[in-house]
Amino acid sequence: MTTHLIKGVSVLGGTPTDLVIRDGVIASGPAEGVEEVIEAEGLIALPGLVDLHTHLREPGREDAETVETGTQAAAIGGFTAVHAMANTEPVADTAGVVEQVWRLGREAGYCDVYPIGAVTVGLAGEKIAELGAMADSAARVRVFSDDGHCVSDPLLMRRALEYVKAFDGVIAQHSQEPRLTEGAQMNEGELSGRLGLAGWPAVAEEAIIARDCLLAAHVGSRLHVCHVSTAGSVELIRQAKEKGWNVTAEVTPHHLLLTDELAATYDPLYKVNPPLRSASDVEALRAGLADGTIDIVATDHAPHPHEDKDCEWAAAAFGMLGLETALSVVQQTMVDTGLLDWAGVAERMSYAPARIGRLADHGRPLEDGAPANIVLYDPKATRVVDGSETASLSRNTPYAGRELPGRVVATFLRGKATVLDGKLQ
Amino acid sequence: MCAQPAAQHDHEDDGSRTVLDARDITRALTRISHEILERNRGASDLVLLGIPSRGVPLAERIAERMASVEGVQVPVGSLDVTMYRDDLRLKPARTLMPTEIPPGGIDGKVVVLVDDVLYSGRTIRAALDAITEVGRPKGVQLAVLVDRGHRELPIRADFVGKNLPTSLAERVRVSLEPHDGVDAVQILETTPTHGKEAAR
Amino acid sequence: MKRHLLSAADLTREDAELVLSTADEMRSLADRPIKKLPALRGRTVVNLFFEDSTRTRISFEAAAKRLSADVINFSAKGSSLSKGESLKDTALTLEAMGADAVVIRHGASGAPHRLAHSGWVRSSVVNAGDGTHEHPTQALLDAFTMWRHLGPRNGGTLDGQRIAIVGDVLHSRVARSNALLLRTLGAEVTLVAPPTLLPVGVDTWGVETSYDLDGVIPKADAVMMLRVQRERMNGGFFPTAREYSRRYGLDGRRMATLQDHTIVMHPGPMVRGMEITADVADSDRSVIVEQVTNGVAVRMAVLYLLLGGSEPAHTEGDDL
Repeated sequence: MTTHLIKGVSVLGGTPTDLVIRDGVIASGPAEGVEEVIEAEGLIALPGLVDLHTHLREPGREDAETVETGTQAAAIGGFTAVHAMANTEPVADTAGVVEQVWRLGREAGYCDVYPIGAVTVGLAGEKIAELGAMADSAARVRVFSDDGHCVSDPLLMRRALEYVKAFDGVIAQHSQEPRLTEGAQMNEGELSGRLGLAGWPAVAEEAIIARDCLLAAHVGSRLHVCHVSTAGSVELIRQAKEKGWNVTAEVTPHHLLLTDELAATYDPLYKVNPPLRSASDVEALRAGLADGTIDIVATDHAPHPHEDKDCEWAAAAFGMLGLETALSVVQQTMVDTGLLDWAGVAERMSYAPARIGRLADHGRPLEDGAPANIVLYDPKATRVVDGSETASLSRNTPYAGRELPGRVVATFLRGKATVLDGKLQ
Repeated sequence: MCAQPAAQHDHEDDGSRTVLDARDITRALTRISHEILERNRGASDLVLLGIPSRGVPLAERIAERMASVEGVQVPVGSLDVTMYRDDLRLKPARTLMPTEIPPGGIDGKVVVLVDDVLYSGRTIRAALDAITEVGRPKGVQLAVLVDRGHRELPIRADFVGKNLPTSLAERVRVSLEPHDGVDAVQILETTPTHGKEAAR
Repeated sequence: MKRHLLSAADLTREDAELVLSTADEMRSLADRPIKKLPALRGRTVVNLFFEDSTRTRISFEAAAKRLSADVINFSAKGSSLSKGESLKDTALTLEAMGADAVVIRHGASGAPHRLAHSGWVRSSVVNAGDGTHEHPTQALLDAFTMWRHLGPRNGGTLDGQRIAIVGDVLHSRVARSNALLLRTLGAEVTLVAPPTLLPVGVDTWGVETSYDLDGVIPKADAVMMLRVQRERMNGGFFPTAREYSRRYGLDGRRMATLQDHTIVMHPGPMVRGMEITADVADSDRSVIVEQVTNGVAVRMAVLYLLLGGSEPAHTEGDDL
């Protein structure tokens, strides 16, 4: 394995220093036997990013994304580990499917893939899936989610929360009260009324979050709240944490940057679940992420083939790409605004998601002996996102044509460069 | 130095030259009224259709004079030819003007079309098309205040207020009370800022 | 005017008044022996209907034909929502046929907007009703009808006229377009509905709202009743049809409280006995049948102003 010397890099934005990568770990001592030197003045080194919420679409929708292309997109975005959501075809609700996804990830080699198991059989919300079998499988599943669907039955949710305690699992809930969001298309507000698109009220998210926090406290289990999107949700999670309940939460990059005003274009690129919210929600989400109420940034990278977005709004699929732009959006919304420093970014995009997912080899500080999962990032660069140039198989980025700060220069997975000079290796 | 009507050759501030003033217009319309009555042996069966916008007040004035001469009120209407123009597609969609056919209709009548300026003849051709969709008159005649020449179609006026030789570079501007606040026919060397000629 | 008519908000006051005055000319055509004008000869208008609406389609068809346009009716029911041919492919087909204007009715809000702005077609797009969004030509014909009846006693405008729009505002594209257009024309609009049938954010529409029909209609100059669709009754928006009629229906008793000049309107199709009783619908105040006549004139005006020239008609508000 190549021994790399990364010269003059600023670890977490600190004083420039040299990093040596040898035998897949961060090495101490003199830089002996270096085969490749990377001049990294002006670059920031962050621990390899960990995404707790990725849709890789394989098996079943290989026209939208495959494990290979999805992990390539992840590497381009600076990720070394992604959690693959369970809503594939077939659903990842058995040990067999999660092992298949896990194996595909290993073969691709661009980043580690940790499958998420479905909470209920077929995501149908009726019967708990074999969570234990998935936990015991080679994929060692610890995160379970029906993402895309809410585990709305309170009794089922309670049982799931209780059951995963046996193997230190966590239920990642997609908080969406189904009756309150029947036919919903966009954030419910002044604009939905004007555009004639069925509204998706904040309360539909908040009611489930409140209930789940109470349930998690009641049974003493771990709850993770997916893609928090409203100011009210932030407040509920803040209260739960103040009470010492074991609740974690994520926010997506797009909910940190984009608002529901974009729906006025009727361009389904901006159609996403949960929907883009108001500017005041965006402010509350940024504040919540800054003060730690929201633990992590997760992309909810949701690839869709062109035809599922090149149509009328109501007919279009929900979701947008996120992996390749996540770090830039976080820089723009959190770092450049002074809300977070780079250590804070490392916590929210690497350490914390790895802790929630119970990953041993990811989300570790860049110290001697740690696995060399590293991303080198140039925060001074800028780029205009080209919607036709994605590593992902799909093109549904909401940032096309937008100027974003920063650029991932290199990504190392256990010492092996998956990205160098911004290009896949 | 003999006194001449001042307006005949005075140049206005905008570079225009007045060729007919209010009295000239009045005289011309009076003459046209008499000629129409003479040609048609009276006012019965006559219908005057003005072509908007300035043909309409002209038609009304002619009708007034006929009423004072013959004691008969000749029906007056308006006929918008916008949608029958051959250059409809060459310019942005144009505002329609009123078409008002008198209650008795035009079937079997003699329609006298009234317009301010006869130029290429294209407006009149459009008017003839428009008339056929309104009814079938016994005959159609044409009265114009000014004939400036330069015909592009085989059309001529039956009644002319004044023949006015012009060059193609010139514009003829007809102003009429109450629409324009004054009665005048002017010739402009430059592109006029308003007036019907601008639309031709 | 803009190249497309997608929303009543696309119309400035000058645009709207130009449509009304042009419609007035078009309406006089009905009294002539030949009810046809040559303005759109050689132009092709496609009626692209993803939803059944015989009356709207016929109205547009009559309008286009009276202007001598070629009309192609494209009934694409069972749209891409049910995974038939997609809106895009349909649009490309129409483009290939050389459509100059596409009149589109679609169940999805914003579908006309997509058609106009996705680069699929070059033609003008006229929204003939999209989902629960808008129906601008209906608003124009409603305003035209009001203007004809109320204008003569109000200086020829709708300034300050009080218009009550009653019923299922939440799902009504007619109400949305009317609220926008009538405000543009200076009228004062009050939306009357049970709270469950008023959209979130209606307070930003620049209109009054009320839950009390009896309090509103004695002051109104026009009362427009909206259709209540059968499927709403199962949606829990109100308890029963009977209770709805009692609280928000227009019956003879309520009609008696109207001012003498007040007109009663309905975009159709009516549910007699639900939002309006037969005696009201058939009364002298009712201009419901006239709305249909005016619909053709207004649509002629819209098609003429969009397609009659080399580009849409210029109005005062345009940058020339």
